Amino acid sequence: MSVSSVKTGATGISLLTGNAYYLPPDFESIATVSVGSGGTSSIDFTSIPSTYTHLQIKLLGRSNRSGGAVTDNWRIRFNSDTASNYTRHEMWGDGGGAYAYGAGNETSGSGASLSLSTTSSTSNNFGVAVIDILDYANTNKYKTTRGLGGTDNNGGGAVAISSSVWRSTSAVTSITLFGELGGTLQQYSHAALYGITA
Amino acid sequence: MAKTYEPIATTTVSNGTTNSVEFTSISGNYTDLIIVASAKYSSAGYVIEMTFNSDTGTNYSYTRITGDGTSAASTRFTSQSKAFGGWTGASAFAANVVQIMNYSNSTTYKTALTRANPVDDRVAAYVSLWRSTSAITSIKLTLEGGATNYYTSGSSFTLYGIKAA
Repeated sequence: MSVSSVKTGATGISLLTGNAYYLPPDFESIATVSVGSGGTSSIDFTSIPSTYTHLQIKLLGRSNRSGGAVTDNWRIRFNSDTASNYTRHEMWGDGGGAYAYGAGNETSGSGASLSLSTTSSTSNNFGVAVIDILDYANTNKYKTTRGLGGTDNNGGGAVAISSSVWRSTSAVTSITLFGELGGTLQQYSHAALYGITA
Repeated sequence: MAKTYEPIATTTVSNGTTNSVEFTSISGNYTDLIIVASAKYSSAGYVIEMTFNSDTGTNYSYTRITGDGTSAASTRFTSQSKAFGGWTGASAFAANVVQIMNYSNSTTYKTALTRANPVDDRVAAYVSLWRSTSAITSIKLTLEGGATNYYTSGSSFTLYGIKAA
């Protein structure tokens, strides 16, 4: 099919004939948080629109967990729900072995386990993670997430995969991310929320 | 709304004599990088070694978890001269996705996540660390085992950039 521009008379295959093509993006940046000096107890994404099919969060993080361990866990909470509505499963490797863990009726989900570095990690070392939240706006489904993350400290660290379910059919409109064992996310930690359309 | 997930460069091996693929002059315009590699070699169990900015010093380390159909295992590699970029397949092209976070940040070390799927023998996830605060401007993906080991024709490597708001 060709379309004629009422503006220029030109014809073409674009509905915007005579103008530049518009290609609808299917992976859009929604919001980004960069932690400043002094750190923060959590990273919050609020007023998330329901116009996407899935969400993805990319994380770079370091917590103030002390005591020698070089890993901490990203935990995730939806719509400020602090009731025992979360279940998680995790599998990880730390260079010495592979392990698995599961827990139910928790007050937050597993964002991405063992993917925050800590104050015991080498300076400048930040863990990374990717979290996918599928069908986040669907009001007929519980919300399931999957995470891939890790931190390597040239002699310590781990890589992990995880999944969580939030037993709610509410659309996800806000997300809170925090470190499980260290109370403060340190400067330069970074979280980017993306929306994916089907 | 602006596109946030953009292809930067693609290389498809066609000559059967390519041992490494390199992306150069990577701009700092994005937040994260993603490499999608579909790679094959004539023998099973060969790794794609990844270096940044031509740094071949022992400034890399990585930790992996693997499953081979029988058991899961984990291994750590310290003070390496390369990061982990993926596996090649022998009976089929292996699917690899590498995510490099905040690659142009000049404050933090660079960490990459790799999901590797060499269909012949295992499934794997890796986290790699490059102990440098330099912005990544080039990435080299070399088939291990020496310069006469070549990617099978049809092996493809695509670099994407993702830009956060």
